[in-house]
This record gives sequence, structure tokens and C-alpha cells, in this order.
Amino acid sequence: MAVTRRPTRRDVVRSAAAVAAVTLACPSLAQASPRVAVIGGGFGGAACARALRRLDAGLQVTLIEPNKIFTACPFSNEVIAGLRELTEQQFTYDKVAADGVTVAAQAAVKVDNQARTIGLADGSTIAYDRLVLAPGIDMRFDALPGYDEAASQKMPHAWKAGEQTLLLRKQLEAMDDGGTVAIAVPAAPLRCPPAPYERAGLIAHYLKTKKPRSKILILDAKDNYSQQKLFENAWKELYPGMIERIALSQGGRVTSIDPGTNEIVTDFGNYTAQVANIIPPQKAGRIAEIAGAADHTGWCPIDPVTFASKLLPNIHVIGDACIAGGIPKSASAASAQGKACAAAIVNALAGKAPDTPRLNGACYNTVAPGYAFSLRGIYQPKDGQYAEAEVVTSPVDASREVRQREADEALGWFKAITGDAFG
Amino acid sequence: MPSALINVPPKAKRGDVIEIKTLMSHIMETGYRHTASGEVVPRDIITSFACRYNGTEIFRADLYPAIAANPFISFFTTATESGKFEFEWIGDKGFSETASASITVE
Repeated sequence: MAVTRRPTRRDVVRSAAAVAAVTLACPSLAQASPRVAVIGGGFGGAACARALRRLDAGLQVTLIEPNKIFTACPFSNEVIAGLRELTEQQFTYDKVAADGVTVAAQAAVKVDNQARTIGLADGSTIAYDRLVLAPGIDMRFDALPGYDEAASQKMPHAWKAGEQTLLLRKQLEAMDDGGTVAIAVPAAPLRCPPAPYERAGLIAHYLKTKKPRSKILILDAKDNYSQQKLFENAWKELYPGMIERIALSQGGRVTSIDPGTNEIVTDFGNYTAQVANIIPPQKAGRIAEIAGAADHTGWCPIDPVTFASKLLPNIHVIGDACIAGGIPKSASAASAQGKACAAAIVNALAGKAPDTPRLNGACYNTVAPGYAFSLRGIYQPKDGQYAEAEVVTSPVDASREVRQREADEALGWFKAITGDAFG
Repeated sequence: MPSALINVPPKAKRGDVIEIKTLMSHIMETGYRHTASGEVVPRDIITSFACRYNGTEIFRADLYPAIAANPFISFFTTATESGKFEFEWIGDKGFSETASASITVE
């Protein structure tokens, strides 16, 4: 469908630049306003779009994101536990637009990388010279028998912040004292690997305060997980006997779900929970698959130095959607990747060799109000894949003062990262 | 500490094809790894698994070092009569474990 749009201020500026170029008799300048489109306005996409404009104010940057309000996942476990309101997780794109990024509040439904155009849900198209895909994750609603989108209205995943977060909170509030809350955890890779365990602790905090006879059952398709000893010690200290975890080798892998009865089936047992939080297997956001940037795993292979897709030219993939080796899928990683990708694109457009990124990642886990620990990593490309260059985890035997300080730091981190992307 | 997990359907119709699942906790040390001081970590694996249905062997598997820790073995059989499934795991260092489960066939 052909689309005409009103000339924007940017068009006017561009034609003025073209005129200027002609008068300066330097024709290359007429083309020197490359168009970079970013699909997905999460931590990765928003940070990338802003960094592109900051590094080269001559770029035309468009951020394509259907939601006018972004709802952040980090700290959404606190919302589930009733410790925080969802509005504290929400941000607009006003500041992103103020940086000179054109924000298109539309869903991208098609990518034609031959023509270098993106089709939007309203039928219009956006042309690009470079495209950054930052679509985050989608649930694989075909991966766990019985668990489809309709089932997620009854047994919420709450793995994308928003309505699902509130649904899980409402179910916890409605549950009787003495009920069981089940959390089903998928095998890797998943968004924010330690988050299921953070969630278990914070739900335990809510239950201990409001419904102390209740229990939490974690059915896990993994044997080991990040910061496991820290979590286990904290649960023992704060919520003795409340959290039971059945690991993969104890038969914890969930094989099917019955949303009619809230029944969860594993290889070796059946469980019925009053509240069932089913976190299904995941894949890169749908547009990555439509564009052809995702491989058989459902995720997008990239060159770690430039975030260029290994499958498609002129397309870069950042954030949870990309295969980033040792970097956990997290807001912090997406933000760092967005900035590094912006630098790689600006270098490439200028014909310069890419710099090798050195990415910082931080991951805070809160177990109770005033009780948190963290993992901080530095990641660098090695043998075509990201590898941990340095990782520091909070000490296992730290004092409560240290845990309190990390809880304060976590809040500071949230302010900084949301400020980077949206503030 | 070894422990077996067994999943046999408690009931089935005669002639039904049923799935049996087993999981044995085991380190499955390959024998190809070395300690920091260069000594070989001795092999410690399960070498064989067998299942008998009312005394008759219906399934057997040989296991090798490439099999991951905590071997999960699942197979299918036909439910012919009520009775007992017996499972046996044998391995290095005198490892020997058994488990059993009953089925009612109607």
C-alpha cells in the first residue's frame, strides 16, 4: 500500500541539507543522512536509538514501538509481591523523541530487507539503510502442551511486565492462607535467568506477611542456576520451610499443563496449585522470525563485535533476542548492547573499522525489602561469541548491612538504567 | 546418594501402548577429566539398565561415558497384564540400584 505522509520537520531539514550540499558542490553530503530504524522500544532499543542520535546528530533515527508506555521488567517482581506499584515501572518515549528520534507508535509487521523497508500495522512503510532489531522475547505457546495464550490468562507467566504482572498479584491476593503457589521454570535460555528465584523469595515475603501457612513450589527444568547458594541461604534465613524446589534431576521438568484444573504435570509427578505461575520456554520477538533473523533455535545469531545478524545484511540484533553467548538476557545487557551497537553502526556508516566492545552487566536480586545481592560481569567477544571477562558475585556470607546496601544500590541501578533509556 | 524416579501409569487397558520413564541420580564421571594436579578422575558411570515386566526382560540399555549425569531413560511397551515392573541399574564401583512399580491392566 502506497503511503504519503505530510512532510515532517525532519524532511524539511533534510531538503535544506540537500540544497546546502548542492551549493557546496559536494554531492556525497546529499546522501549523508543515513536512515537507521530500530524495532522495539525496550531497554536495548531505546538506549540504541538515543545513542545513535548522540553519536551522530546527522542520522535519521526512527524507533518503532506499538506501546506508548513502556513497562519495565526489572523490579516487577516487587509489584507481584505488593511492594511496588506498576506505575513506578512505566515510562513514556517523550525524552527519546526530544533527542531527535522519530517515534512511530506502530507495530512492525513485515521486514523487506531487499527493498529495505519495514511494513507497519497501519499499512504504512518506513525505509531504512540499517535496521536494528530489539524485539525482546515472545512466549513459545506451542512448546508446553496445554499452555497457550488463553491458558496464560488463568496461569499467568508474568514474564512480560504489565497486565500479566497484575494478574499474578491479584491471584496471590485472592488465594486462601495455606495455599500453594507453583512456579514453573523453563530450561535455558530464558529472559533474566535468576528472576524466577527472585520472584519466589518476594512472593514468600508476601505470603509470610499475609498468608503464613502458604507454600511455594518451584518446578524447575534446570539443575543449577545463577547465584544459587545466595538464594538458598537467604530462603533458609528469611523463609524457613516455605520454598520447596524440585530440580531437573529430581523430576522437576514440567511436561504439560491443564488450565482447566490448574494441574501441572512433570515427568514424574502431578501437582495442583492454587496459584500457578507458568514461565514457558521463550524465543526472540516475533518480528525477528518474520524478518528471517532468527535461526532454528528461535534466537538470532550475531557477530559479537558489531551485533550484525549472521543471517541478513544491514540488520543488527540486540537485547534478549540475540544469541550473546555468556551474557545473560537482561535489561542491563540489552542497554549495554544497544549503545555498543549504535557505535558499531556509526563506525560502519563512516567506513571505519569497528571497536571491540567491552560490555558491563549488572544483575540485582531482591529477596526481601532491604535484602539484595548482585552479580556484575564484564563481557567481551572471544572466538566469535561473548564470553565472561570478569564476574563478581556478592559474597555468600555477607552481613545484613551489606545486603541492605545492595538493596539501596539496586534502586539506584534502576534509576540509572531507566534514565539512560527513557529519562 | 543414588535415588531413582519411576513413572509407570498405575492403570491401563489391555493392549495399550504405555510410556515408562525413569531417572537415576548419578554423577556419570567420564574418566576423561583431570584434576588440577593432572591426575585422571576415575571413570564412574552406570553401565547398564534393564526393565523386567512380571519377570520377563522387556527393555535393556548399555550406557557409555558420553551420557550426561542423572540419566533419564524413557521407553514404550504394551500393557499385557497386571503386575510389576522391576528396574535395575548397574555401574562402576559396584553401583547397583533397583526400583519397582505396579500396574493394573483391565
